[in-house]
Amino acid sequence: MADITAIPPGLLLVAAGLLLPLLRGRLQDALVLLVPAVTLWLVWQVPDGVVSTVTLFGHTLEPVEGTRLGRLFATVFCIMTFGGGLYALAIKQPLELAAAFVYSGSAVGVTLAGDLVTLLVFWEVMAVGSTLVVWCGGSDKAKAAGLRYLAIHLLGGVVLMAGIAGEVQATGSVELGPLTLDSPARWLILAGFLLNAGAPPLSAWLPDAYPEASPSGMVFLSAFTTKTAVYALLVTFAGAELLVWVGLYMVFYGIVYAILENDMRRILAYSIVNQVGFMVTGIGLGGALALNGAASHAFVHILYKALLLMSAGAVLHATGKRKCTDLGGLFRTMPITATLGIVGALSISAFPLTSGFVSKSMISGAATGGHLMYVWLLLAAASAGVFLHAGIKFPWFVFFQKDSGLRPKEAPLLMRLAMTFFAVLCIGIGVWPQPLYAMLPFPVDYVPYTADHVVTQLQLLLFSGLAFFAMLPALRRTLKITLDWDFFYRRFASAIAGEFTTESLRAAARAERMAELRAQRFVAGLYRHHGPEGILARSWPTGSMVLWVAVLLAAYLVLFYL
Amino acid sequence: MEDYWLVRPRAGRILWGVFAAILAATVLAELLIERHAHFGIDGIFAFNAWYGFGGCIVLIVFSKALGAMLKRTDTFYDG
Repeated sequence: MADITAIPPGLLLVAAGLLLPLLRGRLQDALVLLVPAVTLWLVWQVPDGVVSTVTLFGHTLEPVEGTRLGRLFATVFCIMTFGGGLYALAIKQPLELAAAFVYSGSAVGVTLAGDLVTLLVFWEVMAVGSTLVVWCGGSDKAKAAGLRYLAIHLLGGVVLMAGIAGEVQATGSVELGPLTLDSPARWLILAGFLLNAGAPPLSAWLPDAYPEASPSGMVFLSAFTTKTAVYALLVTFAGAELLVWVGLYMVFYGIVYAILENDMRRILAYSIVNQVGFMVTGIGLGGALALNGAASHAFVHILYKALLLMSAGAVLHATGKRKCTDLGGLFRTMPITATLGIVGALSISAFPLTSGFVSKSMISGAATGGHLMYVWLLLAAASAGVFLHAGIKFPWFVFFQKDSGLRPKEAPLLMRLAMTFFAVLCIGIGVWPQPLYAMLPFPVDYVPYTADHVVTQLQLLLFSGLAFFAMLPALRRTLKITLDWDFFYRRFASAIAGEFTTESLRAAARAERMAELRAQRFVAGLYRHHGPEGILARSWPTGSMVLWVAVLLAAYLVLFYL
Repeated sequence: MEDYWLVRPRAGRILWGVFAAILAATVLAELLIERHAHFGIDGIFAFNAWYGFGGCIVLIVFSKALGAMLKRTDTFYDG
């Protein structure tokens, strides 16, 4: 087996992505559905430990290293690529699928990378692939948002590369492993990872760019960038206390902005930051329970967020509308999409018997073990807030609320199949979490289903629901957006640039005027001397020639006789 | 033609009644089970119920206050 596993399994997805646009029809469909399954099989052929090494510039790179954590993330990435591919086949855009496969393949590459250089290479390919997925949204807004997205991620890549270069310089090793925050280089590595996780202050790229992608594009985007960042943080900075506070900020940022948001897919985009916040908090708490919680939460979150975005995407596909103010009452004609979307909404809210219930509580459970009362209280309030902003708000405003008068057709068959696939996984993991627990990085002795836990969780969620309906008038959506940190580069920086541009344009205009004046003077001079009326261009009368010749001859004669 | 049963006023009243009954049931269920409080505060009766309700109210009010400052028309960045 060593021959096959020496090549990073993610490269198979990348290769398939590059091949996809060249194929047509059923062959293309087959590739989209088969390659993720084969990649998953390959991932599970990779044994624990370093499988292959490459020596480059005196450093030993480890393109493939099997770890429990890496395998867990690679597994869910492959499942996601399969389900997302199935969904995307309903509105087949070969270029988007190609970009998505390159993107997901490099994400799988990150999870099996044994060293920092391999990780960085796949990291950068991810940035390119995901930008192409955003651009495949097709609109002018998608192009502009994609460019902003790319700029931020290239900046993150540079920060990460600078950190890795400093780390290699200081330690002489490219090994990927736990790091302590004791050098500027390591802070840069942390910053590079956190940028991709959607941490403050640069988190606005996520709700800015993702909702501009196509329905299927955003499904892919939701899964890989933020979760590879969670994976990388789990490997390198587990237990760094700073991450608890960064994570809590993200959790509440996501809730507050989602409460204020009108665009259904931006609500879900803010909700990604919120959910990644739970994971980052878990990583910061450290310890087997919290890290298991963060890892399993990443796993289940990919599935239910994909499901939520698939149902939102189906609505967008059917109606062409994305704002809550334009939507409502769609349960009448899209009951399957609505039901499956609600399964996703219940899962993200961590209702008993869904996947969120068996994973999220491990994180808050770790906060009780550590006697961190305020962290625990904040996480509990945040869990209530998740139900508020994603669990009820999304389905309520899209499928119920008022009757918008829209009577769209139910989602296409392939979309329904993909949503059903993820809904089954969401409930399946919720009912039978043992297979997931068996894959976690540390041994699990956690029992999610105790009477205490079920009752308290139901109280927390259902009374949040009561608060939602009690406060419904305050939650009515309007045609508004909420300013975020991206204001500083979209308006403030561009205003500064504009200011200097005005001045420099004026100077340029002055210089141009001067140059023009000079050129005009030069041309006028030329004209005066060499133009048709110019003194040097005048045709001389023959008479004056003869006269001058006569004068010269006379002068010669005079000189001769002297 | 009459609209879907779910949106008739009568269905709304029934749903509110069912919801209220479930809320009461989750609170009363606490009497039947053994609670494990980790801190002092979460040992209070029906802690999660009022904490979830209150927490959400606070979150909504805070969001509205922040929104009053930070909200702009959704064409703010266009053009």
